[in-house]
Amino acid sequence: MHELSIAMSIVELAEKESERRGGLHITAVHLRLGLLAGVVKDALLSSFEMAREHTPLAGSRLVVEEIPGVVYCTACDARRPVRSSEWFCCSECGSIASEIVQGKELEVVSLEVQE
Amino acid sequence: MSPGTRIIEVRQNVLKQNDLLARALRRRFHDAGCFVISMVSSPGSGKTTLLEKTLTLLRPEYRGAALVGDLTTENDAVRLARSQAPVKQITTGTLCHLEAAMVQTAIEGWNVNDLDFLFIENVGNLVCPSSYDLGEDLRLVLMSVTEGEDKPLKYPTIFNSADVAVITKMDLAAAVEFDATAATHSIESVRPRMPILNVSAKSGAGMGAYLDFLRSRRAASLQALTHAGTARLI
Repeated sequence: MHELSIAMSIVELAEKESERRGGLHITAVHLRLGLLAGVVKDALLSSFEMAREHTPLAGSRLVVEEIPGVVYCTACDARRPVRSSEWFCCSECGSIASEIVQGKELEVVSLEVQE
Repeated sequence: MSPGTRIIEVRQNVLKQNDLLARALRRRFHDAGCFVISMVSSPGSGKTTLLEKTLTLLRPEYRGAALVGDLTTENDAVRLARSQAPVKQITTGTLCHLEAAMVQTAIEGWNVNDLDFLFIENVGNLVCPSSYDLGEDLRLVLMSVTEGEDKPLKYPTIFNSADVAVITKMDLAAAVEFDATAATHSIESVRPRMPILNVSAKSGAGMGAYLDFLRSRRAASLQALTHAGTARLI
């Protein structure tokens, strides 16, 4: 259950960004979350509710964009989506492929602010 | 989006602070010639026992030290102190994983130039430690024969992030009808071509090959650094 630590880091990151820009009224934080990032979306959303309390982000929302996993398949010499986070296999030929090219994202993309 | 609202682009990795710190630690360890190995596994798969044996067996030849993470108690540090290597316990309170900042704090007062190997035993957990870079050169994932052979399939993220898998408690393999082929297949599914080593810290079986692996990885890392250093000079 490291989602709370992650949520606290998100709040901290947003607060720093706000300070850097001379104070913002942040209404939402937009996050890109990869399927293979090892973070559970629902746990992160409820953790965010706790982490934002008593901070300038108290009334803000966390908006999560889920990013599918993509591996590089050496047999096909192509990028292929993974079927699930349990099997790092090519969705076309079924070969085992562990070179993850997408899906580890854990990134704050933008902040929604009220003028 | 309501009127009066605007979007500010940020594009920042949430774990950026940890990653930056881990990178700085890695550089510091490299400069000191200290090879860092982190150990991850579920609770009870034998990290501390393997580490105690490892430190003892490396001792005549190399200077090793260990950091051990646990929620509470100093029990592991006390056990490891028997190896006579410098050991520090990191108690995380309720935190389920180690972070780079904890490693940095823990090594304060240690001269890393005096170390050839530093082992970082993470909190027993197969989920949370996967996201946190600790500045290690090698991430070692342990799996004991008493756990299910499908463990890697249940926790693919951490197995995928590891560099080597060590199957422990091999002395119990027959008693628990451990299926080595199934275990290998599970590991291969989530991390193809990852080296797999079988050991029993209790009987000593497989320990020679395991220690050779650590030695060769350390040597390769130092050699790569020497080359990089030469390249920088040119």
